[in-house]
Amino acid sequence: MTVRKLLKSTNAFLLLFLLGIGTVWGQDDLLEELQKDVQPLDEKVSGTFKGTRLINGHTVETRGKGNLDFIISHRFGRLNSGSYNFFGLDEAHIRLGLEYAFDDRLTVGVGRNSFLKVYDGFVKYRILNQQEGSVNIPVSLVWFSNMSNKTFKRPDLPMTFERRLAYAHQLLVARKFSERLSLQVSPTYIHQNLVPTRQDDNDLAAIGMGGRFKLTSRTSLNAEYYYRINPSNDNYYNVVAIGFDIETGGHVFQLHLTNAQAMTETGFIPATTGNFWDGDVHFGFNITRSFQLKEKGKAW
Amino acid sequence: MKTYIIAIVLWTVVATPLCGQSYRTVESSVSFYSSAPLEDIKADNEEVIGVFNAATGAIAFVVQIKGFQFAKSLMQQHFNENFMESDKYPRATFEGRLSGYNLNASGKQDASVKGKMTIHGVTREMEIDGEFEVKDGLKMKAVFPIELEDHDIDIPKILFQKIAEEVEVTVNFTFKKD
Repeated sequence: MTVRKLLKSTNAFLLLFLLGIGTVWGQDDLLEELQKDVQPLDEKVSGTFKGTRLINGHTVETRGKGNLDFIISHRFGRLNSGSYNFFGLDEAHIRLGLEYAFDDRLTVGVGRNSFLKVYDGFVKYRILNQQEGSVNIPVSLVWFSNMSNKTFKRPDLPMTFERRLAYAHQLLVARKFSERLSLQVSPTYIHQNLVPTRQDDNDLAAIGMGGRFKLTSRTSLNAEYYYRINPSNDNYYNVVAIGFDIETGGHVFQLHLTNAQAMTETGFIPATTGNFWDGDVHFGFNITRSFQLKEKGKAW
Repeated sequence: MKTYIIAIVLWTVVATPLCGQSYRTVESSVSFYSSAPLEDIKADNEEVIGVFNAATGAIAFVVQIKGFQFAKSLMQQHFNENFMESDKYPRATFEGRLSGYNLNASGKQDASVKGKMTIHGVTREMEIDGEFEVKDGLKMKAVFPIELEDHDIDIPKILFQKIAEEVEVTVNFTFKKD
C-alpha cells in the first residue's frame, strides 16, 4: 500500500485527527513542563552545625536576629580518678552563658565559668555565609573574639585586674560538604596577661580542626582538636574532644568526652592539663535553649 | 484530499480553543498554619509557580520548600533540616484537574480540584474545595488540611506537644493568560 493510499483511507483521517488532539492533550502533562521553569533559589547554606559550639570551641553557627541562647555547660572530673570520685562525676564545673543575636551576623555573649571563677564575654561576627546559586560562596567565615577575667584568688600573688585578663581571637572557616558532613578549621591567637612561669610565652598561636557527621536528622557525631603551634609549657596538652549532639527543636544537647575542663577559649586552648590518651578524660555536656525574643518583621 | 481538509478543519475547530486557554501564575502564595498548645507555627512561601489549562481543567503547581519563611529563623532551619528534608525533597508538587468552574460567570464560584499532591517525596490523592473567580485573569483560593503522617513527616516524641499532627494550608493563585 502506498503512502497516498494510506492517507486516503478513512483510517488516516482518524489517525491525523487523534494526532492533532493528542498534541493538545499532551499539554496535560503540565507538571513536567512546569518543573523545568522553576527558578533555583539563592540558597544560603544553613545548619552547618547543630550548635553554636562544636564541643569546646565555637562553630560558624550564628543565630538569627533576635534569638537569645541560654547555654548551660558542665565538665565533670576525670574518668580515671576512680570509683571513690565516681569516675569524676563527684566534681562538676559549670558555665552559664547568655548569647544574643543582634542581627543574623552579630552575636554577643557573656558567661561565668565556675572553673577558676572565670567571667567571659565575646563578640562573634559572620563575615561570609556559604551559599549556592547565582553567587557561589564555598565556605562560611566567622570572626570570634573573646575576653576573659579569671577571678580565682591566689594567696601567693596579688591578682590585679590586668593579671586576670586573657584574650582569644579566632577566624572560623567551615564548609558543609554534604547534608551529613561539615568540617571546620579555626586559626587562633591567644594572649594571656599572666602565664604560669617566666619561661612561658604570653602569646600562643593554635589551629583548631573539627567536624561533624550527621547520624540522623537530629543527631550527629562531632570531633574537635586544637593544635598549639608554639607551646612553651610541657605541662599542657592539646585539646582533644569527641561529642554527640541531639537536637530537639529549641534545644541542643551535646554530650562529650574531652581532656579539657575549662569552658572558654582562653582556658582550654593554652592550659589543658589532662592528657587524653592517658585517660585524663572529662565527661561533659552543653545544653542550649533558644528563645526568640524578637520575631522577623515584628517590633518588640 | 477531502479527508485532509476535513481533518485540518476539525482539528482547528477542536484544538484551537484548547491551546488558547493556558494560564500561568503571576502571583502566588502558599502558607501553612499549625496550632499547638505551646506554640503556633506559621510560614509563608511565594516561591510557587503554577499552570492551568482552562479548557481541560488541568492544573499543576510546584512549591519550593526552602521558600517558606518563618518568623523564627531557627524554626525555619529545623523545618528544612528535620521535617521536610528539603535538600532531599526540594519541591512539593500538585497535579490534577479542576472542575465546577465557569469561565463566563462573574463573582466567586465554588470549584473543586482532584489530583496528586507530592510532599516530602510521598504522593497522595487529594480532593480540595476552593474558590474560583474570573477577575483580572483568574483567581483561585483554597484552604485545606494536610496530615503530616500521610507524607511520612516525622515528629520526634519529645516534640509532640509543640507541633500539631495536622497543618492548615492556604493557597492563593492569580493566573494570567500565557
